[in-house]
Amino acid sequence: MEEDLRSLLQDLESLKGCVSDRYRIGSIDEMKQRVVSIVNLTKSGATRRSKVKDMSAEVVDSNPYSRLMALQRMGIVQNYERIRDFSVAIVGIGGVGSVAAEMLTRCGIGRLLLYDYDTVELANMNRLFFRPDQVGMTKTDAAVQTLSDINPDVVLESYSLNITTVKGFEVFMESLKRRFSQKSGQNSGVDLVLSCVDNYEARMVVNQACNELGQTWMESGVSEDAVSGHIQLLVPGETACFACAPPLVVASGVDERTLKREGVCAASLPTTMGVVAGLLVQNALKYLLKFGHVSPYLGYNSLKDFFPTMEMRPNPQCSNNACIERQKEYLQTKPARDAAAKSKLEAESSKNEGPLHMDNEWNISVVDDSEMDSQNSCGVSGALPEGLIHELPTAEKDHGSLATEESKTVEDDLEELQRQLDALNAA
Amino acid sequence: MEGWDPNTKSALTQIPLLSTRAGPRDGAAWTQRLKEEYRALIAYTTMNKSHDNDWFRISAANPEGTRWSGTCWYVHNLRRYEFALQFDIPVTYPATAPEIELPQLDGKTHKMYRGGKICLTVHFKPLWARNCPRFGIAHALCLGLAPWLAAEVPILVDSGVLKHKDDESTSAES
Ligand SMILES: [Zn+2]
Repeated sequence: MEEDLRSLLQDLESLKGCVSDRYRIGSIDEMKQRVVSIVNLTKSGATRRSKVKDMSAEVVDSNPYSRLMALQRMGIVQNYERIRDFSVAIVGIGGVGSVAAEMLTRCGIGRLLLYDYDTVELANMNRLFFRPDQVGMTKTDAAVQTLSDINPDVVLESYSLNITTVKGFEVFMESLKRRFSQKSGQNSGVDLVLSCVDNYEARMVVNQACNELGQTWMESGVSEDAVSGHIQLLVPGETACFACAPPLVVASGVDERTLKREGVCAASLPTTMGVVAGLLVQNALKYLLKFGHVSPYLGYNSLKDFFPTMEMRPNPQCSNNACIERQKEYLQTKPARDAAAKSKLEAESSKNEGPLHMDNEWNISVVDDSEMDSQNSCGVSGALPEGLIHELPTAEKDHGSLATEESKTVEDDLEELQRQLDALNAA
Repeated sequence: MEGWDPNTKSALTQIPLLSTRAGPRDGAAWTQRLKEEYRALIAYTTMNKSHDNDWFRISAANPEGTRWSGTCWYVHNLRRYEFALQFDIPVTYPATAPEIELPQLDGKTHKMYRGGKICLTVHFKPLWARNCPRFGIAHALCLGLAPWLAAEVPILVDSGVLKHKDDESTSAES
C-alpha cells in the first residue's frame, strides 16, 4: 500500500514537470499533499504498541492503564493490578461475547479463552465488534486478530469448536482444566467462565462443565425479540445451577400472542447486546477484583427500562448429578465458612470498640439467615419477583407405572434392535 | 398439548415412552437408553408405514450412537421432496433435545439457524422439558421435524426457492 502511494507521488511529480499552467501546478501540489497524509495515516494504523511489563499508574499519554489504575487511587478497587492474574473463558463470541471480550481486553485481563464454532458473516454486522473484512474467518480467530491489536499484553486462546458434541465437550473441559500459572482454583485453570451463547442447549452444556469442575460462572442472555436480557451468577453448590429450575427470563411486557414469530427465528439489536455485555463484564470485574455488590441475577427490560433482581437457592432435587454433589460439599464446608465469617467480624469489631460490637454479634446470625432465606430469594417453586418469568416448564414427575413397565420389555440385545430398524429402513 | 395439530398429537401418543435418564457420557446407562431409543424408533417407523405415512429413514452414524443420519421427505402437490438429515446427541441429552439439521436447506430459509439447524416452534421446547426423560429421538422427529417440513416445504416450493429434482435436471438439459 505504502509503495503504491510512493509511486503515485512520483507520477504526480513527473506530471507536474510537463505542466506549465500555474493554476494546474497548484492543484497537483494539493493532490501530492493529500497522498502524503494518506501515507501517514496508513503508517500510524500499522503501529502496534509493544507489551507492557508492569501496570503503571503514571498519567502520561503513552500509558494504556493510567485511567484503570486510577480506580485504585480513588479507593474503588484495592489492587487493580491483580487483573493480570486472572483467566476468563468466554463461551460464544457473538453479539454479547465479542463485546465482553473487548471490554476485558481493554481492562488488561491476564488471559482470555474464546470458544465458538461459527464464522463471521455479513449478517452479523448489525452487531458490534466484527468488521466486514473479517467475513469468512472463524469468530474466535477474528476476535484474536482484533483483540491482540488492541492489547498485546492479554494471552489469547482460540477454540473453534461446538461444545455440545461429545468430542467438543472433551476439548472444552480439558482447556478449562489446563493450568496457566501456579495460582487459581482447585479443579480449574480459569477464574471465571462467561456464557454468552444464544441457546438453551449450549447453556446446559456450560452448566454441566462448570458443575463438574466446581467452577463459578456467569450466564448472559438476550431475548429472541431483542428487547430484553439478563445476567446471572452461578456458584455450583451455593446458588441454583442452570438445571435446578427452568431458566428465568425477563418478560418483555409485550403480549406474547401479538408477537409475530412466523417466518423468523430471532431478531437482534447492537444496543441490547451492548448493554447486556456491559452488565456482564461489570459483574465479572466486581467478582474478580472484589469491589461493590456482585449481582446474583439482574434482568433488563428495555421497553420499560426496568431492572428486576433476585436470588435463587439450589434445588436439592436437581436432575443434574454434579450439582447435587456440589450442594453436598457446600453444606459440609458450612461450619468452616461460619467460623471464618465469625473471626472476620470479630477482627473488625476489635478495631471498632463499643456498641458496634453488639451489632456485629447480630450480624453473625444474619449471615446464617441469609443462607436460608433472603429478600427476593426464591426456591424452586417460589413466587418470582415482578417482571420475571420461567422460560420453560419443569419436568413432570413420571406418568406412574406406564413408562417403567414398558422399559422392562425392552429387548436386551442392542444389535438385534439395530437389525430390526435396518430392516424397516430397507423395506 | 395446546398448539399442536391432531395428527401430530395422535402420532405422539402412540410412540413408546423412554425411562432411562442418560446421555452419551453415561456409559452403561447410555447403552440402556440407546435400546429404548431403538425401540421407540422401530415402533414409530412401523406405525408410519402401516398408516401409509412413511416419511423418514434414520440410523446411527457411529457405533456409540451419538451421531445420527438419514433422509426425510415431504409430499407437496403430489411431488416428493427429499432431504438429507443429521444430528448429534448433545452431551446434556436428554435434558436438551437433539438439534436436527437439514444441511441442504442451510441459508434457504429464515426458519433455520446457521449450520442448517431447524428452528423449532415455541411449543417444542416446553413440551420436551415437561416430558424429560420420557421423550427420545422418535419424539423429536415427530414433534420437531415433521411439523417443520409441513410448514416450510410448501413455502419454499411455492416461492421457487426449492426446486423438485426432476425440474432441476430438465432445466439443466435444455
Ligand atoms: Zn442444579
